[in-house]
Amino acid sequence: MNIMHSSSSGRYLNWFSFSSPATFYPLAARLTPFFWGLSILFGIVGLWISFFVAPADAVQGDGYRIIFIHVPASWMSMVIYMAMAMWAALGLIFNTRLSAMMAQALAPTGALMAFLSLWTGAFWGKPMWGAWWVWDARLTSELILLFLFLGFMALQASIDDPRRADKAGAILALVGVVNVPIIYFSVTWWNTLHQGASVSMSKAPAMAHTMLWGMLLMTMCFWMYTIALALMRVRAIILERESHSDWVKTLKELRA
Amino acid sequence: MNAFFAIIHREVLLVLRRKSEALTVLFFFLIVTSLFPLGIGADVALLRKIAPGVIWVAALLSTILGLQRLFASDYADGTLEQMALSPTPFVLLVGGKITAHWLLCGLPLVFLAPFIGIQFDLDLETLRTLILALLLGTPILSLIGAIGAALTLGVRGGGVLLSLLVLPLYIPVLIFGAGAVFATSAGLDVGGHFSLLAALLVLAIAFAPWATTAALRIAIE
Amino acid sequence: MAGVVRSSHFLFMTAHFPSSLASSVANGQLRASQLTCLRGERILFEGLDLHLDAGEWLHVRGENGVGKTSLLRLLAGLAQPASGGIFWGGLSITIDPSTYHQHLFFLGHRDALKEDLSALENIAIAAALDGQRISEDRMLAALHRFGLRGREDLPVTCLSAGQKRRVLLARLLLRSSQLWILDEPFNALDSQAIKMLERVIGEHIAAGGMVILTSHQEVAIPNGRVIEL
Repeated sequence: MNIMHSSSSGRYLNWFSFSSPATFYPLAARLTPFFWGLSILFGIVGLWISFFVAPADAVQGDGYRIIFIHVPASWMSMVIYMAMAMWAALGLIFNTRLSAMMAQALAPTGALMAFLSLWTGAFWGKPMWGAWWVWDARLTSELILLFLFLGFMALQASIDDPRRADKAGAILALVGVVNVPIIYFSVTWWNTLHQGASVSMSKAPAMAHTMLWGMLLMTMCFWMYTIALALMRVRAIILERESHSDWVKTLKELRA
Repeated sequence: MNAFFAIIHREVLLVLRRKSEALTVLFFFLIVTSLFPLGIGADVALLRKIAPGVIWVAALLSTILGLQRLFASDYADGTLEQMALSPTPFVLLVGGKITAHWLLCGLPLVFLAPFIGIQFDLDLETLRTLILALLLGTPILSLIGAIGAALTLGVRGGGVLLSLLVLPLYIPVLIFGAGAVFATSAGLDVGGHFSLLAALLVLAIAFAPWATTAALRIAIE
Repeated sequence: MAGVVRSSHFLFMTAHFPSSLASSVANGQLRASQLTCLRGERILFEGLDLHLDAGEWLHVRGENGVGKTSLLRLLAGLAQPASGGIFWGGLSITIDPSTYHQHLFFLGHRDALKEDLSALENIAIAAALDGQRISEDRMLAALHRFGLRGREDLPVTCLSAGQKRRVLLARLLLRSSQLWILDEPFNALDSQAIKMLERVIGEHIAAGGMVILTSHQEVAIPNGRVIEL
């Protein structure tokens, strides 16, 4: 067990004590409903603004409203990848299992966000430009990000030894993090080279204040949702990986 | 430094003893590039346009084929462990292996490419750009690919998994490399493309050997 | 099959090669404290202490799967212990692994030989990778000592399992490191080769070397201790 013993005087919260799966498990259980609540709250307000408050766009009519899902999903997929890489790095540096488990818990939601971004991008593109898919720089980068998430998940799934899977995934995530800006830059370059700038989703209509608010609120909604789901998933991962240890065997939910 | 050249020497010796493995990679490159005209049609103007992309994608796929063998045999017969326990820094030996991979897998592609280019009716200027771009790009492919090969060492479904991990990371090299060739054929300046390729190469040399070594240590554990 | 042409002549440099063994005898000291080893999430052993000084050897015994190989790999530095430390000459092996590796020779289950190269080429290249300069004569002498005369130039695939192990013994001798960590070294050896290896280990211990090995059988070498896992 890699529990770091710090000489805590007891007055300060010993953060490292939470790096033990046993201590984090109940904490995660207590936090989860809180984040679900926030997510629903932000979601309701955000959707209300998106659909009823934000004005219809002069050019695109009401169809553009899918932007309130598309853009937050894109942002979240990026944020989740950064968070995943951060947790993976922490797990590698401090050799803490829980950090690696957090990274593992975040990956599927990140992949979902990337996929959602692509899906909603297609629904936006079809009525606007008549094509389900356009090789726009942002969409293409999003596609590559989806591949990076899937690669991370596939690598972890293929390695039997959980510790090796943690560390290998961490290295992949860190290599990915360095590459994401490079990939984005190269795809933007490629896009300006081969296509006219006519088809571009980043050229959004001049944003009314309300539109921005709608997007921000929806982003917060997705963020809280991600955290809630990650906490739930990490608890499942903890149970699975620590199933042999004593504290798991004495858990109420398992003693049914 | 002696050890660095010794390991390159060893890799070359091993390939010379078993030539078929290295040659299959080159044949793959030739076959894949031939598939495109067969699938698309022999319209010369069209072929000239798709040539940079086709040749580069074929180069990527061929490199990945060759990557699977990079560490696998050393891992299987225990020599990788010995390298990790050598007084010579492991990262130096890993760098040597990657260099050897490029010499045996990447460099031949650079030599073959002009012939493929002629099949696709590229002019002399474009062919020259193609060779130079591949010369800069193939080492990057070996370096980045080595990380993937190390991560998937001894893992089930290794070959396909390797492709899934490495191909997204290859995309910048593909874009700048093929872009350079395309630019020359369109009469545009390629300075920017080559600078970016060179920058990627420097970045790859700076980071990839260490990431690969870390991944190998994890695999050996 | 015709012998393999010795194409690696430039690696065989005749140079005076100082005996590193004599100079490091005084520093030879291996300590491990509070070692904990996990396999997956299961604890194999914890709180293990051991020490080894020059001129001693350690026999690690135990049932199959109890962690003998894991312990040896921890001591060699191939794997990291879940907790605890390993020290060579008072210094943790994680601080300067290169120096530790200079004094260490590890023999695992696998042969660590390239099948397509000859025995002589394998030894020459292994020496070059380790930064050693050994004359071709010394390499041949070592191979001949272990009964491989006439087989030095054959590709290793042509050798029997026992002969392959003898090539490794030759390399062991040429490497002249102080600490030998050998995992099941007597595997696949015939009785004559076993006696040969025991003699080599005995000479090494007597000269101030250190050996840690696992084996299911009794090993008749003086100055040994046993660890039961």
